[in-house]
Amino acid sequence: MPNVFEPRILAFFCNWCTYTAADLAGVSRMKYAPTTRVVRVMCSGRVDPQFVLSAFAKGADGVLIGGCHPGDCHYLEGNTKFLRRFRMLKRMLADLGIEPERLRLEWISASEGDRLRTVVNEMTEQIRALGPLHMPAHFKEWDTEVLVEDLSHDREEEVGERV
Amino acid sequence: MSEKPKIAFYWCASCGGCEESIVDLAEDILEVAKLVEIVLWPVAMDFKRKDIEALADGEIVATMINGAIRTSEQEEMAHLLRRKSRVLIAYGSCAHTGGIPSLANQFSRSELMKYVYHDAPSVDNPESIEPVSAYQSATLPVFRDVVRSLDQVVSVDYTLPGCAPNPALVLAAVRALLSGDLPPKGSVLAPDVSLCDACPRIGSKPTELSIEAFKRAHLHPIDPDQCLLAQGFACLGPATRSGCGERCIRANMPCTGCFGPLSSVRDQGAKALSALTSAIGADSEDEIDRALDGIPDPVGTFYRYGLAKSMLRRKVDLATTTKN
Amino acid sequence: MEHEVHTNGKEEVRIGFYICHCGSNIGGTIDVAAVADYVRTLPGVVVSKDYKYMCSNAGQDMIVEDIEINRLNRIVVAACSPLLHEKTFRSATHKGGINPFFFHMVNIREHGSWVHEDKALATEKAKAVARGAVGRVRFHKALEKRKEPVTQSVLIVGGGIAGIQAAQTLSNAGKKVYLVEREPTIGGHMALFDKTFPTLDCAACILTPKMTDIGSDPNITLWSYAEVVDVKGYVGNFTAQIRHKPRYIKEDLCVGCLDCIDNCVFKQGNTDDEFNQSLSKRKPVYIPFPQAVPKLVVIDPEACTHLNGGKCEQSCATACERDAIDFNQKESFDDIEVGTVIVTTGFKTFDAARKPLYGYGRYDNVYTALEVERLVTSSGPTGGEVVLRDGRRPKTVAIVHCVGSRDHQTNRWCSRVCCMYSLKLAHLIKEHTGAEVFNFYIDMRCAGKGYEEFYERLLEEGNRFVRGRVAEVTDVPVSAEEEGKLVVKVEDSLAGFVRRIPVDMVVLSTGLEPRQDASNVRRMFNISCSSEGFFLERHPKLAPISTTTDGVFIAGCCQGPKDIPDTVAQAGFAAGEAMALLDKGFVEMEPMTSFVNEELCSGCKTCIGLCPFSAITRDDAKEVAVINPVLCKGCGVCVAACPSGAITQNLFEDCEIFAEIEEVLAHA
Repeated sequence: MPNVFEPRILAFFCNWCTYTAADLAGVSRMKYAPTTRVVRVMCSGRVDPQFVLSAFAKGADGVLIGGCHPGDCHYLEGNTKFLRRFRMLKRMLADLGIEPERLRLEWISASEGDRLRTVVNEMTEQIRALGPLHMPAHFKEWDTEVLVEDLSHDREEEVGERV
Repeated sequence: MSEKPKIAFYWCASCGGCEESIVDLAEDILEVAKLVEIVLWPVAMDFKRKDIEALADGEIVATMINGAIRTSEQEEMAHLLRRKSRVLIAYGSCAHTGGIPSLANQFSRSELMKYVYHDAPSVDNPESIEPVSAYQSATLPVFRDVVRSLDQVVSVDYTLPGCAPNPALVLAAVRALLSGDLPPKGSVLAPDVSLCDACPRIGSKPTELSIEAFKRAHLHPIDPDQCLLAQGFACLGPATRSGCGERCIRANMPCTGCFGPLSSVRDQGAKALSALTSAIGADSEDEIDRALDGIPDPVGTFYRYGLAKSMLRRKVDLATTTKN
Repeated sequence: MEHEVHTNGKEEVRIGFYICHCGSNIGGTIDVAAVADYVRTLPGVVVSKDYKYMCSNAGQDMIVEDIEINRLNRIVVAACSPLLHEKTFRSATHKGGINPFFFHMVNIREHGSWVHEDKALATEKAKAVARGAVGRVRFHKALEKRKEPVTQSVLIVGGGIAGIQAAQTLSNAGKKVYLVEREPTIGGHMALFDKTFPTLDCAACILTPKMTDIGSDPNITLWSYAEVVDVKGYVGNFTAQIRHKPRYIKEDLCVGCLDCIDNCVFKQGNTDDEFNQSLSKRKPVYIPFPQAVPKLVVIDPEACTHLNGGKCEQSCATACERDAIDFNQKESFDDIEVGTVIVTTGFKTFDAARKPLYGYGRYDNVYTALEVERLVTSSGPTGGEVVLRDGRRPKTVAIVHCVGSRDHQTNRWCSRVCCMYSLKLAHLIKEHTGAEVFNFYIDMRCAGKGYEEFYERLLEEGNRFVRGRVAEVTDVPVSAEEEGKLVVKVEDSLAGFVRRIPVDMVVLSTGLEPRQDASNVRRMFNISCSSEGFFLERHPKLAPISTTTDGVFIAGCCQGPKDIPDTVAQAGFAAGEAMALLDKGFVEMEPMTSFVNEELCSGCKTCIGLCPFSAITRDDAKEVAVINPVLCKGCGVCVAACPSGAITQNLFEDCEIFAEIEEVLAHA
């Protein structure tokens, strides 16, 4: 098999619509690219822009968020609240050099297994055309210019458990 | 006579405002000065690098470094001072999170040089002269590709946040240092609660905030009593540590976030973005986009002081040119 | 070999990982042993095993035993969708002696083996998501499900046969029922029918006694001419607001004597009679049909001269001995509390005008099946005479099947009842008129008890059956025998040629569709729909009347086309589920609600307005936000927006999700 680039797409799917749509795609034995890694959230409104940045920073080549169609949110309008963040986030990430195809929001209802398949396949091809983002490699490369003391570049360990 | 504890101040990529904030301690600085021996303070006293090199490791009780790290010289001084100091304090926004200088992480070195030495409207450089890194026997420090916060180069024990830090917080920190009554290492020496906690306008903030459109502070009159967010100004107060004395708010300007994030936040800009945009009073993509047009520079708005410490750190597609 | 100690900062973490083959469902595509080997190397993992069927008793027992033997305190199972078996493994975790929420499930079947063909890549994906789960589970906390009492009453929305059946079943068990019907009477579509297939028993004879019982049942509060306008709350504790449309009749005074109707200034009807499918007229003051329940008259404000501001002597009011007519009546509201809801809002029939080539609305003698139902009914507009609009009796009749069903231009689905009701109408038309009846069908679908036999009976009765989808109905003759007739053009797919069959009457067997307002209804009750718009059941086989909202059930044609026996069965099932909830007496609330860390909260109010359930208030004394756990439904919108990171959502904590993101991506 030729050595093709397999993008890694971190997907945040809401429990009620898109996650269920992905289940339906499975039950219907639809085939799609094995590029997504699904993190289930109860609502797309739970998706914190920090999650998206973290996904990119930790090595995702793309981030896909799936929620219920407008008006169909299990929590009335959590999807709209995410949409507002998403519109700004998309602009900001463009300014930071992340191609728009790498961040996608889709409304996929529980019955739209075929839509899920289409979206994943489409996004996979778009990102495959762009090539890897792979931020961890960028960080490493950037830091070759300095002597970094024995310390970690993120504070995640410090704040990982703070309750 | 027992020896006075040695302390040092150093500056890296900074504007000098942090130095000013130390002077702003006014008479209180005399109290401190009596109790300590200052071994390095380039802005005010004539000590050399070799004086520091001559000290034993850990001989300095505490060093406060302000400014971001942009050049090889700053790196070297940070490493040297780290070695010589028992406590290293990142002083001010630039050392803490990269500050205004780290907004340069949106541009490559060549783009910056081109702008600063040729394209900027104020430049008068008819012979197109650019700095060189070595001339005859002299060498200049290397200008790095990436601007870093202090803790991205050496380990930092404490942070005094702010652009510049508030004198009251500085004095409290110095007194804590001298008394040895210190919080756990890694602490930011400011309240771990957002600015809204202390904001004099919080009473006027509606619980059902609905932002019709973001406004830019220099283009619209600002009501001096009303919550700035309620007026549509992108106030970063909700996502920024308090302790600054609410100076901007009291001067009728929105908070721009210089005190950095709370301890439970990993990316101040992302959190500020989330909090502010969630409250937009529009549901359709077009209406939302129109409301967002009042924030024409999202990176400059949400990461004004913190791009270096943001999760992505830098515009991702910039070239790397220098190597250690 | 003793395992290296791994902690989450608070306690030693000892994770047990189990991966399921699911026979060959997973194991056929994913190298489960390789995944288990990989996970075994991850920090904190003490046990890593693969097993044929994790959901079997043996699989579950393995978890229970391992927890004890290996002192496990976190469990991860990689198998099917958590929507299927999360509960199973949580209880196994609990049975092993640790809190059930120290468990996380990884979906490698629906999201893995069933959707990927490349075995190596599917295995790598499984490793990544398993690593994500192992990364997050270490941060899981012990959580408790809160118990809430269940309000001992049920709201049934829609008074067709499904709603009636469910209401009666619940009432028989002594449950309090609110039955809300939009129309002035209950009965729904079934009340329109003359006979029911395949037994040809009289619809009214079996339905109206049930309707009367409902009207007089002390356990059932029947509100007709009313709508549910708002629903709040959660399983066990819903509140609903009901809007009563003004009838202009004092309901407590009206005895249904109908004197007002007789004395209306209009001596003849002036408005299309909806009940008779507009084949007759009714007066402004009317009763939908003689057996209506409740037996109350209604004044139609559109048709009534007085209510339209015109001059009228109001003879109806004068005629009412009980002074029951009240022209000043306004809409009114009732707020009720119920434990569960059964939605039985039914269907609408396909609008035959959407198939213009069939001529409905253009040709007088093209009818819909529902219109013909009214024509064959003795209480209908013609007293049971099947006559054309010009009064003639048809000598030849065409019944066109699948109008708005099995049709890629309109509705793709089979409406399930049309074949059988077409046979019924064929029988009745023939019986009433002696006409020659042609059935044009694609396939005869007569699955059901006694259905095929009924089809055979129709064949024996001499009905004509032509296989083929009708192309067109036209009144343009090409031969003398077609003069003055409607001509049905069809390709007879058995004979293999195109036929033109002249008839006097065409009956369009229209299919079943979601009601126009189905999407409003489902949003109000927070339930999903399938792509065609019928309400979506939680599981097509195992939970056909449940929805994704706990405590809201669906029955009848709002869930999809079905005949009366299936509707009644579903309604009884829904009533049984509702009863089970009521009799259990309490509901366990999922603990994934959010709470505020008061130390970090600045009282900035960002969260308050974002909460869709008004669960967040500000404690002005402490100057912090407070989340009411009873009202919180656990969406996490406030958590994502909190600029201080001061809100935590149970099971979806920041640290858990960040760990999952990081670990999922750490597997290269």
